Amino acid sequence: MEDARPPQLSFQELLPPMTPHEASVEANRCLYCYDAPCLHACPTHIDIPTFIRRIATGNVSGAAHTILESNFLGGTCARVCPVQELCEGACVYNAHDKPIQIGRLQRFATDHLHARGEAPFTPAPPTGRRVAVVGSGPAGLSASAELAKQGHAVTLYEKRELGGGLSTYGIIVLREPVEVALREVDAVRDLGVQVVTGQELNSRAELDGLLASHDAVVLSLGLGAVPALGIPGEAHILSGLNVIEASKLERPTGVGARTVVIGAGNTAIDAATIARRAGADTLMVYRRTEREMTAYHHEYLFALSEGIGFSFLTQPVEVLDENGQVTGLRCVRMGLGAPDASGRARPEPIPGSDFVIPCDTVISAIGQEKPALAVTMGLDLDHGYIRVDDQMRTSLPRVYAGGDCVRARGNASTVMAVQDGKLIAASLGVVLGAQSAPVAPTRPPEVREHPLYHAAHGAVPHAEAPHG
Amino acid sequence: MADLSIDFAGIRAPNPFWLASAPPTNSGAQIHRAFEYGWGGAVWKTIGAPVLNISNRYGGLTLGGQRLQAINNVELISDRPLEVNLREIAEVKRLWPDRAVIVSAMVDADPQAWKDIVMMIEDTGADGIELNYGCPQGMSERGMGAAVGQVPEMCELNTHWVTSVTRLPVIVKLTPNITRITDPAHAALAGGAHALSLINTINSIMKVDLDTLQITPSIGGRGTHGGYAGPAVKPIALNMLSELVTDPQVIRSGVPISGMGGIQTWRDAAEFLLLGASSLQVCTAVMHYGYRLIDDLTDGLSRWMDDHGFATIADVTGRAVPQVSTFGQLDLGYQAVARINPDKCIQCNLCYAACNDTAHQCIDLVAPDGVRVNPGFDPRASGKEVALPRPTPQVRESDCVGCALCANVCPVDGCIEMVSVPSGRPHVTWDELTAQRPAVTQTWPAMETYREEAGIEIH
Repeated sequence: MEDARPPQLSFQELLPPMTPHEASVEANRCLYCYDAPCLHACPTHIDIPTFIRRIATGNVSGAAHTILESNFLGGTCARVCPVQELCEGACVYNAHDKPIQIGRLQRFATDHLHARGEAPFTPAPPTGRRVAVVGSGPAGLSASAELAKQGHAVTLYEKRELGGGLSTYGIIVLREPVEVALREVDAVRDLGVQVVTGQELNSRAELDGLLASHDAVVLSLGLGAVPALGIPGEAHILSGLNVIEASKLERPTGVGARTVVIGAGNTAIDAATIARRAGADTLMVYRRTEREMTAYHHEYLFALSEGIGFSFLTQPVEVLDENGQVTGLRCVRMGLGAPDASGRARPEPIPGSDFVIPCDTVISAIGQEKPALAVTMGLDLDHGYIRVDDQMRTSLPRVYAGGDCVRARGNASTVMAVQDGKLIAASLGVVLGAQSAPVAPTRPPEVREHPLYHAAHGAVPHAEAPHG
Repeated sequence: MADLSIDFAGIRAPNPFWLASAPPTNSGAQIHRAFEYGWGGAVWKTIGAPVLNISNRYGGLTLGGQRLQAINNVELISDRPLEVNLREIAEVKRLWPDRAVIVSAMVDADPQAWKDIVMMIEDTGADGIELNYGCPQGMSERGMGAAVGQVPEMCELNTHWVTSVTRLPVIVKLTPNITRITDPAHAALAGGAHALSLINTINSIMKVDLDTLQITPSIGGRGTHGGYAGPAVKPIALNMLSELVTDPQVIRSGVPISGMGGIQTWRDAAEFLLLGASSLQVCTAVMHYGYRLIDDLTDGLSRWMDDHGFATIADVTGRAVPQVSTFGQLDLGYQAVARINPDKCIQCNLCYAACNDTAHQCIDLVAPDGVRVNPGFDPRASGKEVALPRPTPQVRESDCVGCALCANVCPVDGCIEMVSVPSGRPHVTWDELTAQRPAVTQTWPAMETYREEAGIEIH
C-alpha cells in the first residue's frame, strides 16, 4: 500500500501550529480552574491556568514567560509530552467534554516568543562559581539554564556534534523538528552558558579533572545504545535510534520496502512510523501481547491508523540473509506462562512453531542500555542507573546527576529530565550560595502572629507560599 | 400554538418583534426583505432634519472571544433624501398591510417643523409615529434627540406638538442617559403620548486600540462618544422597564410599552414581556446575524408560551411585575444557602476561590478521604493519577450567607443550587423594622441588641 501523502508532508510536525484565532478560542474555553489539576499533573508544575489566561488576554509573550519559568524546555515539552497522561489527562473537562489542548497552546506561546526573538530571562549577577554539566539533553539544558539564571558560570559538554541530546537526535520529526531542539540550545547559550560540543567524558580521571576546575559537576548522560538481541544475523539489524537520527538529519535511513520492527515501546513505534511513511510495508513484532506493550495506548492507536501491522507473541530468533542482504526474520510463536518478576505473564516459546517473516529490513528498538560510564567512574548504582539522593547528589561529593541516567521513565522522560535539572539547580544553588529563586517573602513574626494573618490563612495549617 | 399577534396602542402586528429604528430599517428594500423573513413590524430609521454621516461608525465589545456583546454607533438619523424615504414607506406599507410600519421622526424643536413631518408621515399610510428623543450624539448637539429626552419640559412640549396634529398613535422613545427614567415618561404622558418605548442607546466610548492608541471607532484619528446597545445593556433596559411599569402615573395612563435593549434571543424577549413590555424591538442582534434571527425569536417564544400555557402575548405581559419591590420591602428573614451537587461537580474549584477570596469563606476543600485540605501540591509528584481524584468543594451551610456568588461562577449548569432554608429569624422587612423600631435602623448599639434578640449572627 502506497502512502498517499506527498513526501514533504510525511516528515513534518503531525499537528499544525495553532493560528492566533484558534489559540484565542481554545484559551477562552479554559475554565481557569483554581489549584488546577493540570498544574498538579505536570512534572515541572507549569502554572498552566495562568499561561492560558495570558494567551486569552492577548499577552502571548507573558504566557511563554510563565511556561519557561517552570520549564526552560517548554517548546520541546509542548511537542513531546504525553499530555494524555499528564496535564490534559487531568483536565476537569474530561468529565463532559474534550480537555483543553494544553500542549498545542504551550507550543503556540513558546513559538511566539521565539519568533519575536525575545530572551525571557536575564541572568543574576555573576557569583564566580563554576559548574560543568555533562550531556546536553533535556536534563543538562534545564540544569544549565537554571544555574546560569542563578549567576553561575556554566560549561555544558556534549559528545555529539549538535546539542540537544534526545530532543535533537531521538524524537521523530513528526513530534519535534531539529530546529526546535536546537533553538533551546541557543537559548541556553544566550544565558551565557558555554556550550562545548564534540567533547566526551570517558573516565574517572576526566571527571576528577572537571571537579578540579569547577565547583560542581552535573551528569546528565542519558542512556546507551539499543541492546543486542543475541541472535544469529544480529549484524544486519538496524538500531531504532539510528533510524530516527538519520531521518531527523535527513540522511538515508537504510529502510527498505518490507520492514520488521522488534519491540513495542514508543521508540519502536517512532521507528516503525518512519519506515511506514517512507513507503515500507511495516510490521512490529513483540514477544508479549497488546496488553503488556510499553507504548502509550494513544501511540498504539496512532500506529494502527498509520497502517502499521502488529504481530504479538512473536519472538525473533534469527535474521536471514543472502549475500548480506536481509531476506527474512525467523521467529517463534510464544505462549503465556506463569507471571514473572514484573508481575506480567512470562512469554514462553512454543516448540516447533518457527516461521519466517519475509522482509528486507529489520529494526530493533527494545530499549536502551544503562549508563556504562557510571560504572567506569565508580558511582553507586541503583538497578543499573546512577544512584542519587533527594537532593540529586550522587555518591561522589560535588557530583550531581539527573535525567534518564538516574532512572527510566518511558516517554515522559523529557519533562521528568527537565524537572531533574531544576531540582539539581535548586539543590546546588543552596550549596553555591546563589540568591535563591524568588519565592514569596516570609513575613516578619509580628505579622505571622497577628490574628489577621491567621484569619487570612484559615484554620488548616499549611506552609507559606505552597506554590513556591 | 400560542397566538403571537399584538395590538399595541392600535398598531397591529402578527408578532411582537419589530426591527428598531436603526440601520436595519434604513430602506424599503431592506424592510421588504425583513418582512419576507417574518418580522412583525419595523420602525423606520429616523427621518427628519438633514444630516451627513461619517466613517467609521461602529465599535464592538468582545468578551472572552465572543464578538459584539455590545456595539456602539456614531451613525446619525437617515441620510437619505426625505422624499425617497416617504415614497418607500408608502410602498412597503401597501405591500405589507398586515405588518406594523412605524416611522421614527426627529426635527427641530419647532411646532411647524413637527406638523410638516407628521403630515408627510400620515400621507404614507404608516401605522404610527415614534418620536426619537434618545439619539445621544450628533443630533443632541443640535437640540434634537437626547437634548429633548433629557429635558422633561422639552419632551412634553415636542410631544404635544405632534399629538395635537396627528390621528396616528404616537410612541415616545426614551433615552436612558438620565438619572430618573420616570421624569421624561411623565412628560411624554403629559404631552399626550399613546405609548412609550425604551431604551435608546447609552452614551459610551467603546475602547482605545492598544496598538494605535486611537479611540475606536477612529474617525480620521478622532473619536467621540456613541450610543451603546446590544446584549450587554439588557439588564439596564430591564431595570428601566420595571421602573416604568411600577410607576403609578404610567400605570394610571394605561399606555403600552415597547421594550428594547439587548434582545438577542427569544429568552431575552420573554423577559421583557414578563416585565411588562407588550411589543419588542431588536437591532444589534440583527446587525450581528441578519434578519434570519426572527425564526428562532418567534419559534422559541411560541414553544415556551405553549409549555407554560400562555395563549397570547397579553397573557405573558407583566407576569413578573408584581415581584418588583424596593429594598425596604424585602424579607430580612429569608435565607438561602448554596448546595453543591457532588455528582455534577467537576472540581474546577472556582467556587472555592470566589468564596474564599471575595465572599464569606464558607466553602471548604475536602479530600476524597473526607479530610479538609488546603490547595497546593507536592512539587516532586506528577501525572494525572497524582492530580486525580481532586478535593471537592463543600459548603459549610451554617456560615453561608446565601450570596449566590458560587452559583454564578460555577461553569456547570445546575451544579450549585441556592436552596431556601428556615432561618429562625423573624420575617420582617426593613420598612417594617423602621416603622416598628426606628432606633434599630439608626444606631449600631440598637442594631446589636436587635440582632441578639433575633439570633442574627454576622461572621
